[in-house]
Amino acid sequence: MKDMFKVSTRTIVATGLGAAIFMLLFMYVKVPSPVPETSFQTAYGLGAFFATLFGPIAGALIAFIGHALSDAVQYGSPWWSWVIASGVAGFIYGFAYKSTSVEEGTFETKDIIRFNVIQIVGNLIAWVIVAPVLDILIYAEPVSLVFTQGIIAAIMNSISAGVIGTLLLIAYAKTRTKEGSLTKN
Amino acid sequence: MKMKLFSYNLVDTYVHRLSGLTKLICFLLLTFAVMFSYDIRVLIFVLAFSLWILRISLIKYKQIRLMVIYVAVFLITNAIIAYLFAPEYGVDLYGTRHELAHILGRYSITQEQMFYQMTKLIKYASVIPLGIIFLLTTNPSEFASSLNGVGVHYKAAFAVELTLRYFPDVQREYHDISQAQQARGLELSSKTKLGTRFKNSLQIIIPLIFSTLDRIELISNAMDLRGFGKQKKRTWYNQRRLTKEDVLAIVVSVAIFLFTIAVSVFVNHSRFYNPFI
Repeated sequence: MKDMFKVSTRTIVATGLGAAIFMLLFMYVKVPSPVPETSFQTAYGLGAFFATLFGPIAGALIAFIGHALSDAVQYGSPWWSWVIASGVAGFIYGFAYKSTSVEEGTFETKDIIRFNVIQIVGNLIAWVIVAPVLDILIYAEPVSLVFTQGIIAAIMNSISAGVIGTLLLIAYAKTRTKEGSLTKN
Repeated sequence: MKMKLFSYNLVDTYVHRLSGLTKLICFLLLTFAVMFSYDIRVLIFVLAFSLWILRISLIKYKQIRLMVIYVAVFLITNAIIAYLFAPEYGVDLYGTRHELAHILGRYSITQEQMFYQMTKLIKYASVIPLGIIFLLTTNPSEFASSLNGVGVHYKAAFAVELTLRYFPDVQREYHDISQAQQARGLELSSKTKLGTRFKNSLQIIIPLIFSTLDRIELISNAMDLRGFGKQKKRTWYNQRRLTKEDVLAIVVSVAIFLFTIAVSVFVNHSRFYNPFI
């Protein structure tokens, strides 16, 4: 039984390095969308992958630190409402940690569905609820604008986490040794 | 890809001499003040104050040119789409309607909308110098101890420090893998379709991630061997004692923060300053 919220040295290191890759992808590997101020971010695929391997705490911190630092170096200051929403999304992705058996080398249809349900729920909560509400509370942005942006972000990040995250997890599962793969003669 | 994003360089100014902890506290206080307030007078004051600090910390325009461009693009697009989505939002906020000109359909120019958008523009613009000052004058090695100083758990602070430490490495590795893949014929330029280019960029991300996973094992073993995370607290090599200058900076920031809150509570009776009633 894996402990969901245990923070070991490995979790911390994974968080630090995961956030560094998240930051890199967030700044350079993205596809702009037709709606201004939103883009297809490959970073969330990576975030979902790391969260599944290392748990909710690592997931939340990776997305939070990665997003905050990349905002800071590009714009001079983090856009807090979306940075917090990123953290929430990463945290919820992390619930796939316990419910998939990717560490044991199997990531099949059942696990894929479970992972994707979790990441879609995470994206909906983060981008359709947390981000717009914080935008309205902190920055008093127009309601219709922030919800439109939120829904688009939720769709695009779900696709990113769904496609890239799933592909990465399948590739990762193949590198693990399956339980009972050795037989005694 | 630009390899060097921002550079910390040591100059002997008042701002550079402050400890990282002080700068973080001041940055947070002033950012929260700006985030809270929607009073254009307070915001202009904070903007002027932060530009003055930018000046005395001897940051050159050359260092921040790219950020300034990004921010300008962001502010302009934000202003335009906010208007397109909700042209009457200012009217709702301030409760009155002074129409200046009618454009088309539901789009007209009202004083309230102009005032709301102007305030928002200044609100966003005034945080930027604060962030830039903090980033460019704080020694990255001092960052973790500062975060720990404001109450962030040291393990989380350490994760941030690791990110800052390994970002250049990850960036270099990404660059190397991308060059190697291109030498093997992977097309990443704008000549191919967006879909193929996207699929090809995965061919860089996957090796990058898997080599990072190996590196995670290596680093965490090294840290475990040195006894990381055994105690509840830790000390920091780069922590500095607070001086009189630090105290002065914190007092000024607290004063500005309280002043902003006081203006909202006692003068405006809301977060918004309403000149229309």
